[in-house]
Amino acid sequence: MAAVMTIEELRHGLSRRKHLDKLFVVVGLLILMSCLGLLALLFLDLVRDGASRFGWDFLTQFPSRKAERAGILSAWVGTSMIMLVTAVVSLPVGVAAGIYLEEYAPKNWFTGIIEINVTNLAGVPSIVYGLLALGLFVYQFGFGQSVLSAGLTLALLILPIIIVGTRESLRAVPKAIREAAYGLGATRWEVTKDHVLPYSTGGILTGLILGLSRAIGETAPIITIGALSFIAFLPGSPVTGEFPFLNWDWLWSEFTAMPIQIFNWVSRPDQAFQQNAAAAAAILLGMTLAMNAIAIYIRYRFRKKINW
Amino acid sequence: MNTSMNTTLAEKAATPTFSIAMEERKVAAASSAKAIAEKLDFWYGTNQALKNINLRIAENHVTALIGPSGCGKSTFLRCFNRMHDLQADTKYSGSIMLHPENINLVAKEVDPIEVRMRIGMVFQKPNPFPKTVFENVAYGLRLRGFSGRTELAERVEKALRAAAIWDEVKDRMNESALALSGGQMQRVCIARALATEPEILLFDEPTSALDPIATAKIEELITELRQRVTVLIVTHNMQQAARVSDFTAFMYLGELVEVDATAKIFTNPSKKATEDYITGRYG
Ligand SMILES: Nc1ncnc2c1ncn2[C@@H]1O[C@H](COP(=O)(O)OP(=O)(O)OP(=O)(O)O)[C@@H](O)[C@H]1O
Ligand SMILES: [Mg+2]
Repeated sequence: MAAVMTIEELRHGLSRRKHLDKLFVVVGLLILMSCLGLLALLFLDLVRDGASRFGWDFLTQFPSRKAERAGILSAWVGTSMIMLVTAVVSLPVGVAAGIYLEEYAPKNWFTGIIEINVTNLAGVPSIVYGLLALGLFVYQFGFGQSVLSAGLTLALLILPIIIVGTRESLRAVPKAIREAAYGLGATRWEVTKDHVLPYSTGGILTGLILGLSRAIGETAPIITIGALSFIAFLPGSPVTGEFPFLNWDWLWSEFTAMPIQIFNWVSRPDQAFQQNAAAAAAILLGMTLAMNAIAIYIRYRFRKKINW
Repeated sequence: MNTSMNTTLAEKAATPTFSIAMEERKVAAASSAKAIAEKLDFWYGTNQALKNINLRIAENHVTALIGPSGCGKSTFLRCFNRMHDLQADTKYSGSIMLHPENINLVAKEVDPIEVRMRIGMVFQKPNPFPKTVFENVAYGLRLRGFSGRTELAERVEKALRAAAIWDEVKDRMNESALALSGGQMQRVCIARALATEPEILLFDEPTSALDPIATAKIEELITELRQRVTVLIVTHNMQQAARVSDFTAFMYLGELVEVDATAKIFTNPSKKATEDYITGRYG
């Protein structure tokens, strides 16, 4: 049989193409390694600089004028409380908006504009959210420079992330599953609540955690609304020993947060404070990585359970 | 209804005679209609997918829809449970009258959800919910407000038995339905549709994703089902149509070319197009 090329030509050409394939692998790996390497170096550098400060005391002491006695207690407690508000507010709002846009909204110019703007919101500089929150939450609503204002601000900031994440995971539910439920006589709400939403939980929670890990490092908006950099008290505990066991005072409390504390320490000339800043930054980075790890774990768990 | 007679007729479908075909036609005339499509048109946007379909669906019989790919079989089937209402920009005209109440299934003022609660569907690819076997079959009942544990369990068992899958899953009720084999999944889907005791059951190529053994099981099941439910089945497989159905309708380019007793269609079709399609399949 006549072929377009001899076997030698064929092998020659093939080996060249295979070389190109290998080259791409090498280049790709190099680029990837240098990115990861940079991040690892940064982390190691922070850990080395802050090494002398790690310890229980660092976590359980309030800030102080003496670097070696200063800790991040009020910062990490403040950050945790803000994240709690952010999560509790942004999750239901973002998921509801995502469900509406994906499952309910008719496809017309109006919802088209809403969709484009949701995507645009993700690109708005965070300081702009800070200014908006200063006017709206702090003054207009009178929430003051509080944990509540900060939590709401960051909730706004990550809302687009959660909406987009929700929509993507809703969309991943196969049409066949929806048709099966509709075919049995389910209403749109029943299809959503019994099927689409439960099967997208993994993706939605992943979106939430990715949003929170973005929010946890945000500095500009919470400086704008008036985070304090020196706080030597803790907001009241949300849980109490007496009935009704819940206490809302913490929402109205003044606060500081991890990035604010770091920013404050970095701007001091004293070398000892630089060490504090490095240690706190390493801890903040650790918190972010831990959140991402949780997101990956959740995704893995749900993938294993639901395998389309 | 003479169901035993239909079974024997289906068996004889392989070696039919003209007199048997005549006999079957008499049966068709004698059996009452469950649904009648009249002047049914359907559009996807501006594309008319069904043109002036007139078809009588005999109660407690199996009617097969055959025809080349893209001729509108699925489109027609999905009119019966108003599945098209889920897609924007679709339009029905004409009627599908459901007996005995004489409700026009495709009329705007008829609630599609009510229609789907009376007419079940089994899809081409098995599509169980990623829930337990039990919850899959119980879902339709739950939608209808059943919640008593024992009553649910009874009805689920009954449906699974009717779908000839009970013995295989009775010890796996709380396992995910996704862990079953394709053929088992499809029978769980049939049980899911049967649990709510629909008046008509629609099958859209229910075995095209399955191996021959699973296919045989489901075909056997469909021939048994006709005793309690009216079945409408789309199939690409001529032998399957011949084996399971009492009546066969041949569709071409959105139109219904011919409908008759299955034995008659496969031995002595009255239209040239039908004959070409059937013989072309077998070479
Ligand atoms: N969702 C849809 N939107 C628009 N047009 C569609 C849609 N589904 C089908 N059609 C069109 O309608 C016509 C009939 O399609 P249908 O799926 O009913 O054919 P079919 O007979 O079931 O074919 P097959 O045997 O391949 O399943 C085709 O021309 C197809 O392109
Ligand atoms: Mg089809």
